[in-house]
Amino acid sequence: MTKEGNLSPQNMTRRWFFEQCKVGLGAIAFSNLLGQASASNGPLAVKQPHFAPKAKRIIYLFMAGAPSHLELFDNKPQLTKFNGTLPPPELLKGYRSAFINPNSTLLGTKYKFVKAGRAGVEIGELLPHTASMVDDIAIVKSMVTDVFNHAPAQLMMNTGSQLFGRPSMGSWSLYGLGTEAQDLPGFVVFSSGLKGPSGGNSCWGSGFLPTVYQGVQFRSGGEPVLYLSNPPGIDEHTQRASLDSISKLNTMQLEATGDPEIATRINAFEMAFRMQASAPDLMDLSKESKETLELYGAEPGKASFANNCLLARRLVERGTRFVQLYHEAWDQHGNLTKDLKKNCQDTDRACTALVQDLKRRGLLDDTLVIWGGEFGRTPMVQGGNDGRDHHPNAFTMWMAGGGIKPGTVLGETDDLGFNVIKDKVHVHDLHATILHLLGFDHTKLTFQYQGRPFRLTDVSGTVVKQLLA
Amino acid sequence: MFNRELIRIATFTAFVLANLATRADAQDFVHDVQPIFNAKCVGCHGAKLQQGGLRLDVKSAAFEGGVSGTPLHPGKAETSLLVQRIKGAGELPRMPMGGKPLTAEELASITSWIERGALWPDGVGAVVVPKKKHWAFVAPLLPAVPKVQNGAWVKTPVDSFVMARLEKEGLAPSAAADKATILRRLSLDLIGLPPTTEELTAFLRDRSPRAYERQVDRLLASPHYGERWTRMWLDAARYADSDGYEKDLPRDVWFYRDWVLKAFNTDMPYDRFVIEQIAGDLLPNATQEQRVATGFLRNSMINEEGGIDPEQFRTEALIDRMDAIGKGILGVTIQCAQCHNHKYDPLKQEEYYKMFAFLNDSYEGSVPVYSPADLMKRDEVMRAIRETEAALQHRTPDWLEQMGQWEISVKKNQTDWHVFQPVVDDISTGGERYLPQPDGSFLAQGYAPAKKRIKMTIKLEAPRVTALKLELLTDKNLPRGGPGRHPLGIAALSEFEVEAAPGDHPEQTKPIKIATATADFNQPVTPLTVLNDRQKPVEGLRLGPVEYAIDGKPETAWGTDAGPGQRNQSRQAIFTFAEPLENAKGMILTVYLRQDHGAGSDRKENPNLGRSRLLWTDEPAPKADPVPAAVHKILSKPNGERSPAEVQAVFRYWRTTVPDFRAENQKIDELWKSYPEGASQLILQTREKARETYMLTRGDFLQPGKAVTPGVPAFLNPLPEGVKPDRLAFARWMVDRQSPTTARSLVNRVWQSYFGTGIVSTSENLGTQADPASHPELLDWLAVDFMDHGWSIKRLQRNIVLSAVYHQTSVTTPDLLAKDPGNRLLARGPRFRVDAEIVRDIALASSGLLNLEVGGPSVFPPAPAFLFLPPTSYSPKPWVESHGGGRYRRAVYTFRYRSVPYPVLETFDAPNGDASCVRRARSNTPLQALATLNEPLFVDAARALALHTLQKPRQNDDQRLDNVFRRVLSRSPALAERKELLALLAEQTKYYVASPDRANVLLATSEPGIAAPEWAAWTVVSRVVLNLDEAISKE
Repeated sequence: MTKEGNLSPQNMTRRWFFEQCKVGLGAIAFSNLLGQASASNGPLAVKQPHFAPKAKRIIYLFMAGAPSHLELFDNKPQLTKFNGTLPPPELLKGYRSAFINPNSTLLGTKYKFVKAGRAGVEIGELLPHTASMVDDIAIVKSMVTDVFNHAPAQLMMNTGSQLFGRPSMGSWSLYGLGTEAQDLPGFVVFSSGLKGPSGGNSCWGSGFLPTVYQGVQFRSGGEPVLYLSNPPGIDEHTQRASLDSISKLNTMQLEATGDPEIATRINAFEMAFRMQASAPDLMDLSKESKETLELYGAEPGKASFANNCLLARRLVERGTRFVQLYHEAWDQHGNLTKDLKKNCQDTDRACTALVQDLKRRGLLDDTLVIWGGEFGRTPMVQGGNDGRDHHPNAFTMWMAGGGIKPGTVLGETDDLGFNVIKDKVHVHDLHATILHLLGFDHTKLTFQYQGRPFRLTDVSGTVVKQLLA
Repeated sequence: MFNRELIRIATFTAFVLANLATRADAQDFVHDVQPIFNAKCVGCHGAKLQQGGLRLDVKSAAFEGGVSGTPLHPGKAETSLLVQRIKGAGELPRMPMGGKPLTAEELASITSWIERGALWPDGVGAVVVPKKKHWAFVAPLLPAVPKVQNGAWVKTPVDSFVMARLEKEGLAPSAAADKATILRRLSLDLIGLPPTTEELTAFLRDRSPRAYERQVDRLLASPHYGERWTRMWLDAARYADSDGYEKDLPRDVWFYRDWVLKAFNTDMPYDRFVIEQIAGDLLPNATQEQRVATGFLRNSMINEEGGIDPEQFRTEALIDRMDAIGKGILGVTIQCAQCHNHKYDPLKQEEYYKMFAFLNDSYEGSVPVYSPADLMKRDEVMRAIRETEAALQHRTPDWLEQMGQWEISVKKNQTDWHVFQPVVDDISTGGERYLPQPDGSFLAQGYAPAKKRIKMTIKLEAPRVTALKLELLTDKNLPRGGPGRHPLGIAALSEFEVEAAPGDHPEQTKPIKIATATADFNQPVTPLTVLNDRQKPVEGLRLGPVEYAIDGKPETAWGTDAGPGQRNQSRQAIFTFAEPLENAKGMILTVYLRQDHGAGSDRKENPNLGRSRLLWTDEPAPKADPVPAAVHKILSKPNGERSPAEVQAVFRYWRTTVPDFRAENQKIDELWKSYPEGASQLILQTREKARETYMLTRGDFLQPGKAVTPGVPAFLNPLPEGVKPDRLAFARWMVDRQSPTTARSLVNRVWQSYFGTGIVSTSENLGTQADPASHPELLDWLAVDFMDHGWSIKRLQRNIVLSAVYHQTSVTTPDLLAKDPGNRLLARGPRFRVDAEIVRDIALASSGLLNLEVGGPSVFPPAPAFLFLPPTSYSPKPWVESHGGGRYRRAVYTFRYRSVPYPVLETFDAPNGDASCVRRARSNTPLQALATLNEPLFVDAARALALHTLQKPRQNDDQRLDNVFRRVLSRSPALAERKELLALLAEQTKYYVASPDRANVLLATSEPGIAAPEWAAWTVVSRVVLNLDEAISKE
């Protein structure tokens, strides 16, 4: 993997071409190259990781804006007890916050917690569905990150760096594993909620990796992929006839010039044509049973997080490697009580349905589902008494399937949910663990750029063994 | 004699003692320390491995240290990293990593050895032969042009270098490409557009030996040459039209883009090109253009997310500027040294920050800039004003005396004001940062929320306060200098509210009634200025006179918009209490600056106060002093020390106070109205005093380490002796004739544009980890020739395009493909898909749609609206499609949002400006096929190309197909191609005749004399040709 470094995608395609064809190359007519230039052996060809993977694909439910761990997963009775008092000064030493004066009064938890699952794990009452599957997931209460502003923190969570220009986790996955999807992109992104993610399209960008590895944004309504539909007045017959002519003329050019890139282009046009059929088919939720639609709370033709969850399942069924769902709605500086409730209503059922649906279809074993935001929220109040500021020192995420030990609860925060006091998991550790589940030694999945090997975990990261099944 | 003897003895004794000590310590090392190193350390820090860049088996290397610097502080064991690491102190893992800890005895041996000076005798330990300095770090010399056997093929020195390598590899060059192919290749390379059919015909008919060179001259002189090559530089300059982070607000920076364009078109020498971009503002009598050039460094992203620390992102912007200089100009990776010494190249962390220090000297605001037409208009207005003023002075011979009288009265009427230094309530700023300044003012930075009520509190010992003054100050960190944060520098204050409590009874807070408000400027009532027509002005919000700040209505505000040319100056307002506040125990004052006049939280047009200061007085009934601060400053000088310009400036104000001058004053007010608005541009403006620069531990702005002064790394050329180490010196150093990498880096990138891969393929990095050069001497020859001939890029282009190497056909054979798949040896011509912008430009140009206008503001071609709306985009972004000419401009003018890149360009690998990029990927994907097949502008192009060919009189289908082919591919179709496409035409004509409605839908319009089915069928054929691999490839 480390030697891929300095190859442009063009060189890469050329290289596989030669690796594929080194025997008796001279004897092969150029038109025969066509069959070999399919997606199955381009830069997106399926590749083997370093060791046998537990997870073959990932669905990442990115709760952008940063949900409050203190209302949803991390029950802190002491916080409620000391509601309205100032936090201990030693806690605030060196602490910086985004909006509030750190020396603001504590805000007790707004919602109750209920005990769920075999071990009686405490889950916020707003997440009854999540509570019902607590034995299937692993909850990490001890996440920490380095940054407390949205855009840099979302980049950190996706690329391992708060600066722009690094490849996203999905891009690294495609780079390392390729994709099994023939007629659909290998890395697909959906967005729902109030806004787009703060980090913009760099959250799924390929950074310095070749651009074939970047995420493709799908829309849950209308045309899912840009320019998917034929122009008005061009029907399928004309489109097919046109593609036939394009293909024939491109083949003549391939014969005339001998440039294998033309073979790749011919196949790209054919795949585009297939995608024109497969993408609408993917998006057509009416083909799902009524029971499944109800499980998710999905409604065909409507853009929603629930629909996106169901689409994520349909994508991984079709071989897509990495699906990421952004739901940017969790930035509760105010209206915490009301908005948190709404967000949970919008997402709780669908997240749970996704895990359950994958499970009953036998897909959960090798599909990793990740849920979480970019940081946590302050135990201190923002504004009157119904808001929390950004908090990087502690937050909660959960994962399920794909080699994760179900029913795990990892880590602990202090009595106020302010700092992690046990089993700290840094973003780099999370990344190391995810790559481990995909079958990679995170220190060896590298790309040579600017004279040095880069990796998702920068120079740190430890696999969190407690999370592994 | 005696003395001398004594000294001799003393010296001898000292020598013996020192020698004994050295010998004893040397024994220490050899006996006690070296064995520990060898047993426990050198496995990872020795000849085979140098983890962290450290080796402990070689004396010099051990003291030099690795990425974390020297591990040994002789005499100070406790601060020596070596001791700290083997003890496992701090957060870093204990050494030996993964091994058993050292025993107490071993630790003691090492500690005491270091304590006693860490003496390591010479000759002990492994010896390394110093490596030859890496080739790219030695300034290039002109290499001899090699002799080759096949001299007949050689046309230029470039050819000799390439041929020498081919002969070494036993390869022969390919035949020359045919004339049509070579003209299309040349035209795409030099101007990024295919030749027109007329240009093609003329060239094919031109039989003269200079025919080709004439084409080179024509294309190099074309205004479109700049458009094509600007893009190469804009990638390195990470150019985009928006701020980047989160809301990713639009910014005005196209003046910089046009500056680059003009520089390419006029073949500005590359050394000057670099100097102006790094330090144009510091050149003597810097012109507007030279200051605009510094926009290169300001292309960094800006984070105005709520709650950010502006200093963090200012630091990150500087790191980004260093990166752009490293990749774009020096061709050396310097980024790593931000956190530690470079692992591979000889760049130390300290040296990184020494370079950083050169850049750490500027403000981060914008200035107004003017087009040539605007500049003329501006000069005209100012001349007319000066003439009117001169006429006034002429008819008032005693104006100087009158002005002197006025000056005395002004000085008499001064109120005594005292500066507040209140506490700003953080939460009240809504995520904006109020940064305290030394003069007691606050500079607002970061997020600019649309609505907020800043709360400032102060405890005053004074027993009496009658009024408060609010000063709105200009600052070079603000848009156009401020005083507000609106892109035009406008500020607005919705309400000014005061509460007070007795000093000893803070709980008795009461609102204070303000009786009067006066200001030095009262804006005529206007709706909130919205910068563009892309979104409607905000309903109901109005700016007006200062009374608006005390009328209790949040929808009205005191505004500072005095119109173009007069807008960006400091203003003041005085708020007098209805009753003086009196309390012997002092008082607690709370001031609320309500600012509810933003256009929206996700909008740019929020006229928040930029820099403001509060003052108080106990004098009765003060009124706002209408005399501008700048005029006061002049008046504070003795009369004799004022320059004529200063006297004129005083006059300019004074005349407005003279009732007799009313007619002229009105005339001048009218003149100001025609002062041009100009555009804004982010540029560098040097601070009076540079900031202190510190080495940042792991690049973290919160962990400043040692202070550093500006300087350059030792492994590159030195700064000239005695030069003042400022940004200008840094810029000149980069393009010094002795710079080893600057010229090589540029010629390598230009070469890369032609051949797909640079002579060094890692064009961002020529350092020790770079890919080996395919033709090292050629690189040096091109670099030296470039520098020796005035750093002329056009000459460099000629060096390349006049070569036989460039003329070769790109047709390849399986054999050649097997021997040299990447075409690094250049036994054939280059063939690859053109850059994103050119993909689009080819379709528009060959269909005749392209609008060839050069320069100007960025344009908004069609794009799916949902991309710019939540939840796809973080916040709604203005994107109103350009109509008429703006729809079909070249892609270099397409407006670029970093977070929502223009989709067609992104699909074809255009970088989005997040970071400097000197080597684009070149992918080949189904999404590209969907774009060229279905995207509206490509369909427009197919339709237009079909119409064009149908409107040619008296043509048969064969000739029409010829026309389509020649316009797109610069050639006629081959027989098989003709047969295929005419069959498609016939079949599709039939198809559309059978369903004319479908034809009408495809065409969306009708043309007299053109049958819709025929036009539709030709549209299909044109679309096929535009979608061929050849159409978007350089053959």
